[in-house]
Amino acid sequence: MRRARTIDWVPHAVLLIGIAIIAFPVYVTVVASTLTTPEIVYGPMSLLPGPHGPENYVQALSEGNAKTSGVGVGRMLLNTLVVALAIAVGKIAISIISAYAVVFFNFPGRMAFFWLIFLTLMLPVEVRIVPTYAVVAGLGLVDTYAGLAVPLIASATATLLFRQFFLTIPDEMVEAAKVDGAGPMRFFKDVVLPLSRTNIAALFVILFIYGWNQYLWPLLVTNDAEMTTIVIGIRRMLGNGDAQTEWSIVMATTVLALLPPVAIVILMQRWFVKGLVETEK
Amino acid sequence: MADVRLRNVRKSYGDTEVIHGVDCEIADGEFVVVVGPSGCGKSTLLRMVAGLEEITKGEIAIGGRVVNDIEPKDRDIAMVFQNYALYPHMSVFDNMAYGLKIRGVPRSEIEARVEKAANILQLKPLLERKPRQLSGGQRQRVAMGRAIVRDPQVFLFDEPLSNLDAKLRVQMRVEIKRLQQDLGTTSIYVTHDQVEAMTLADRLVVMNAGVAEQVGPPIEVYERPETVFVAGFIGSPAMNFLPAIATENGLSVGEARFRAAQRLEPGRNVTVGVRPEHLELDPASPTLRVRAELVEALGADTIVHGTLAGAPLLARLPGTQRVVAGDEVPLRCAPEHLHVFDGATGKRI
Repeated sequence: MRRARTIDWVPHAVLLIGIAIIAFPVYVTVVASTLTTPEIVYGPMSLLPGPHGPENYVQALSEGNAKTSGVGVGRMLLNTLVVALAIAVGKIAISIISAYAVVFFNFPGRMAFFWLIFLTLMLPVEVRIVPTYAVVAGLGLVDTYAGLAVPLIASATATLLFRQFFLTIPDEMVEAAKVDGAGPMRFFKDVVLPLSRTNIAALFVILFIYGWNQYLWPLLVTNDAEMTTIVIGIRRMLGNGDAQTEWSIVMATTVLALLPPVAIVILMQRWFVKGLVETEK
Repeated sequence: MADVRLRNVRKSYGDTEVIHGVDCEIADGEFVVVVGPSGCGKSTLLRMVAGLEEITKGEIAIGGRVVNDIEPKDRDIAMVFQNYALYPHMSVFDNMAYGLKIRGVPRSEIEARVEKAANILQLKPLLERKPRQLSGGQRQRVAMGRAIVRDPQVFLFDEPLSNLDAKLRVQMRVEIKRLQQDLGTTSIYVTHDQVEAMTLADRLVVMNAGVAEQVGPPIEVYERPETVFVAGFIGSPAMNFLPAIATENGLSVGEARFRAAQRLEPGRNVTVGVRPEHLELDPASPTLRVRAELVEALGADTIVHGTLAGAPLLARLPGTQRVVAGDEVPLRCAPEHLHVFDGATGKRI
């Protein structure tokens, strides 16, 4: 027992150091968002929160800063939320039904379709970005939510994940449902969907954050400041050298940008744990 | 309730035929057990009745209606699977009610029927639980409950007891038998366990390599097996098979001479089958003498292992016997207990 205890604090110490390394920048960001820009830029920055938090956040939310053409962070957050939700929900919806088709139905060219989906894994957004832009522009979807979200919805990864999960559903359960009289739609709704709950929750978190953090695509497909997403917004707020960057506003924006993904993770965490503890099937 | 008729049922996967024409008529309310070694096609046959496998050739009729092209859900059958196949996210109640719900049975009637089935199967206290909170035996009962509430024309059981431990298997076997007697529903039960087959069946279908080798009541199959395969498959320990030559007044197996019940053309090569339990100790006028190579004392029986004419021979003697390995054991077998099969075809003579 004594030996175990002496060894115990070593991993704890390692973990604490690790957390400190990760958490410190976040802490600095939070503190900086409550100071004024001169306080941040000139001289050693205080590591204790200042009194300017409320005004910084109000300014960020309502009008952003000089470089965002008066578009507030509130608008950006809304844009990003719409896009991230559309991407997450769209990806899950499309991939779960395509995986369902590939696993539970026998149709000509089934494997061919599966491999086609699989192949798209090798073509990330960056590779197909120019033709995709041409298509989206041709459809007149530049500066629209659809233009921002739709090209990112097609997803091989999620399809593969669902496929792997569906393959673990025993054939006999499928047959039991057939004998019970459940058609393909009923089986999907009553059995497959409820069993996929935890997988859906996990994917939702991953995909939401994926959508939230998109940079390259929104940069290309939005020109209108009203359609700016939060990541692009933060980038625009940073000066190019000739103008001074309003660091306090940037920091407040960063903190605001951080909140929705954190909220999603915390909300969905219960589902993860449930999914890990209960092994259904 | 209904009868089930199989007429020359065949199944092929590509060019390989796995079921080579099975004929069987199952009467209304009858309990038929399909038994055979793994890979003999018995599950495939059952799945064809259920509609889960296509019928390549032939015809299956349930209640006089040919069901070849009818979907499983419209065949009015219920199936119990080996691994229970319960819906893990539904409570016991919902598992049992699901089939009724899909058929649009009113809520009040669903409740009444599930309650009735739960009473029969002693599942009342478990209705709110999820399958993972149940033991193997309880899950199996839920799977049966799911079949019962549907009140189908035919029950299909696909090795339902294989996943249970030995003790529970015996208990569930009795329950299934009682249940079927009470409900009187036509049942087809697939198993590889010959004890289950013997105890449950009104009639047995013994299958081997895609062929129904014999169809008949269990005791008839035991007493008059039609082929060497059936003779060896039904009965435990398995029947002894000895190479024999027909003589003027009986059969000769190496040194030993048997009197036979029927006259055979002398010189014909045959296989003689003797069940271990039909060999008796007879020091006065033994038909054969076997050197005991191994003796297993089980208390109720003593099993003596020996060799006769190059073939292994087992004798199951009642009670405890004063036989040790190395003893010469004098044995006798009544002529009516000899089974004579053609040496080449393995068919009963």
